[in-house]
Amino acid sequence: MATKKDIQAAAEPKVTAAKEATPKAKAAATVEEKIDAKIPEGPLAEKWSNYKAHQKLVNPANKRKLDIIVVGTGLAGASAAASLAEMGFNVLNFCIQDSPRRAHSIAAQGGINAAKNYQNDGDSVYRLFYDTIKGGDYRAREANVYRLAEVSNNIIDQCVAQGVPFAREYGGLLDNRSFGGAQVSRTFYAKGQTGQQLLLGAYSALSRQIGKGKVKMYSRYEMLDVVIIEGRARGIIARNLVTGRIERFFAHAVVIGTGGYGNTFFLSTNAMASNGSAAMQIYKKGAYFANPCYAQIHPTCIPVHGAFQSKLTLMSESLRNDGRIWVPKKLEDAKALQAGKLKGRDIPEEDRDYYLERRYPAFGNLVPRDVASRAAKERCDAGFGVNATGLAVFLDFSDAIKRLGKDVVAQKYGNLFQMYEKIVDENPYEDPMMIFPAIHYTMGGIWVDYELMTSIKGLFCIGEANFSDHGANRLGASALMQGLADGYFVLPYTIQNYLADQITVPRMSTDLPEFEEAEKAIKEKIAKLMAIQGSKSVDSIHRELGLVMWDFVGMGRTKAGLETAIKKIDEIRKEFWSNVYIPGKSDDLNVELEKALRLADFIEIGQLMARDALMREESCGGHFREEYQTPEGEALRQDDKFSFASCWKYMGEGKEPVMLKEPLDYEFTERKTRNYKN
Amino acid sequence: MDKTINVTLKIWRQAGPKVKGHFETYKLDNISTDSSFLEMLDILNEQLISEKKEPVVFDHDCREGICGMCSLYINGHPHGPDSAVTTCQLHMRRFHDGDTITVEPWRSNAFPVIRDLMVDRRAYDKIMQAGGFVSVNTGGVPDANAIPIPKKDADEAMDNASCIGCGACAAACKNGSAMLFVAAKVSQLALLPQGKVEAARRVKAMLGKMDELGFGNCTNTGACAAECPKCVPLSAIARLNREFICAKFKD
Repeated sequence: MATKKDIQAAAEPKVTAAKEATPKAKAAATVEEKIDAKIPEGPLAEKWSNYKAHQKLVNPANKRKLDIIVVGTGLAGASAAASLAEMGFNVLNFCIQDSPRRAHSIAAQGGINAAKNYQNDGDSVYRLFYDTIKGGDYRAREANVYRLAEVSNNIIDQCVAQGVPFAREYGGLLDNRSFGGAQVSRTFYAKGQTGQQLLLGAYSALSRQIGKGKVKMYSRYEMLDVVIIEGRARGIIARNLVTGRIERFFAHAVVIGTGGYGNTFFLSTNAMASNGSAAMQIYKKGAYFANPCYAQIHPTCIPVHGAFQSKLTLMSESLRNDGRIWVPKKLEDAKALQAGKLKGRDIPEEDRDYYLERRYPAFGNLVPRDVASRAAKERCDAGFGVNATGLAVFLDFSDAIKRLGKDVVAQKYGNLFQMYEKIVDENPYEDPMMIFPAIHYTMGGIWVDYELMTSIKGLFCIGEANFSDHGANRLGASALMQGLADGYFVLPYTIQNYLADQITVPRMSTDLPEFEEAEKAIKEKIAKLMAIQGSKSVDSIHRELGLVMWDFVGMGRTKAGLETAIKKIDEIRKEFWSNVYIPGKSDDLNVELEKALRLADFIEIGQLMARDALMREESCGGHFREEYQTPEGEALRQDDKFSFASCWKYMGEGKEPVMLKEPLDYEFTERKTRNYKN
Repeated sequence: MDKTINVTLKIWRQAGPKVKGHFETYKLDNISTDSSFLEMLDILNEQLISEKKEPVVFDHDCREGICGMCSLYINGHPHGPDSAVTTCQLHMRRFHDGDTITVEPWRSNAFPVIRDLMVDRRAYDKIMQAGGFVSVNTGGVPDANAIPIPKKDADEAMDNASCIGCGACAAACKNGSAMLFVAAKVSQLALLPQGKVEAARRVKAMLGKMDELGFGNCTNTGACAAECPKCVPLSAIARLNREFICAKFKD
């Protein structure tokens, strides 16, 4: 447990260059860069108000003269693009799908948190802040998280005003449910399709601005690089995915909202085209990549069922409100289930081990995701898995159906049950669902300061793509909250503080040498890829990478395993750059080329994740180092050594990156060992 | 569980919007019935790539039935023979050993083919841009619970809002009409007090845009609702018509 002294000690080095990080970093300790998160002074609850009261603004006439590029149209990207355009800026918005409405935020099921306290169950901004900080295992920035909790209420108001059909009670007021890591009901939802409804809300606001001509929409375009002129982000290079043409775009500021990098694992709950390439591109141009090893493994996904599988499907966390998770108590029952001789319903009540309720009486089935995932792995590793592969546990609704009736359960979770049945071909009303953890979300991402600006001036990063709010583990229903907070209520303010100094900067020509060089480098990279003409498909190499990631950088990590992963990824990189086969032409629609460009970046991200996980000799949130656990198998933090955000700085191709530290000062909360038991 | 089948695929190949297309026949063996339809196409593409041939181009993304990116006309049905699912959620257990499966792109005037099975659905975005929104800016809105909304209305709005914009309705319609798509959005917003304010303007703008973009008219055949993967009800079109007539009376 962290003492006050530890906290002070951690707070001491205000400015740190990675002097004692790793031997590798020591060698390169010439990098004397300061990490300044620009956190406003004052008490926690007043920081954001103070910031807004004193920040610089851009007047309406000047807004018209300024262009902003927003890459991505998920919750963060679409809400930012719409809000910035409403304010009067000219926005260029890019997405890789055929329409901005397809971004993967749409697949979020369960809900969105807000500290409305409509249920009168003791919620408050402070409690939402505290739950998020604690849920993140004390590895997030206090000031950012408090701001997130503060604006959470505005988000719900905004969405209702847009016509988002949240679930309601018979009295006509909004309904709530509970999510993991909280003891209050603060989650707003729209059936099991909350992400869809929120995204369509943001998309409708965006559509309105496109119709007005304030947003120029570029769909089926993929960003391939950021253009830096005199130290500031001034545009991007993008590929038109239909024609294959490489095009240049200027803007006074660039915003990246391209989501997470979970697809490094090949099999994840992310959409097929979700990728980490924009993050990798800006990392290579000097933006820090923070906490890459913090990846969330979601406990309730449909288990892997075959070698042909292309993705994993999530079953919403909201199911844990009424579903009970269990495995058999007896090994022989588990063996019979694995052999298909028994069904879940055949196991009598007294022989079921509701292990979450047993281990964590206070939170039961609603423990945070990292805890639930590890507990499932622990049971399966001990041989109690319930499907043919032994890698699944039950999520059982029979109690809920008895208590509430089938109709009520169907009303609450009907679409999820239908989805399960279509995929697995079993009826979850009769047999318990089978679930297993899978990669779902990445808390790590591009480092940003309080203003959501990266370490490159004029380059901002929002939503899942940044690292700022979830620490080492994200609570359920908080991703939607963060994406929309960044896009609607934070970035539209903070970006003005930067743009206020840019009002005299004229629009620049995209013929400038910086644009020319960036385009040339991309064309060379593409030509190199096309020229390989090897024998392996992109997907087959990606699958190999995914296996290495899951085996060594997954739920349980060890020093030896991570070192193996780094070596194996080196081999995969070599294989990729010498033996990949890409059919077709580069100046044409070419899906395999798109995938290859993304895989090249996943390989780099995978290695960075492993490197970061190796450096972080502690267990916290989604990062579990097997060497660091309590006798009961819970995560063991090392606050005296690792109370910082690791910020990786790119040093050039083939060179080891350098790690800088942003110390995490806990001024307002006391760091404790997370306890969900009592 | 571990059942496998052999299938013959007749797939539409078309190099570009203005190029003449044709059916190509492929044989695939030992396809697990647990694989999804798109995973089956992945297997086909892996096979084509290993033969150094051009893979089949098709749209897809989330693969969990919600993004609306996947399309495909399979054996004469948008999203295939299963009901209430998108192509990505269609599984090979719906097919039999030895089946011949015909796969085509959406065929609709307003959705030109880009390549093979990929079509351009930006026309739907344009309809949305014409009026598929509530005109509120970020900030300055009332508290979320300021206006109570009857649960029945909220639920019905939600049913309409579940449209994923995939285009199956227009593809299924013999007139190539986008009425169900427009009706879903018009109904969702007309049912809610927040959307009611500009309901008249919205319905006229969206329908006007739909006509302008080359979609056909509705003759109430109901193919759209029958094929809709999200079960948007045909009654939405009735509401749309009512909203439209009301709007016209106001003029």
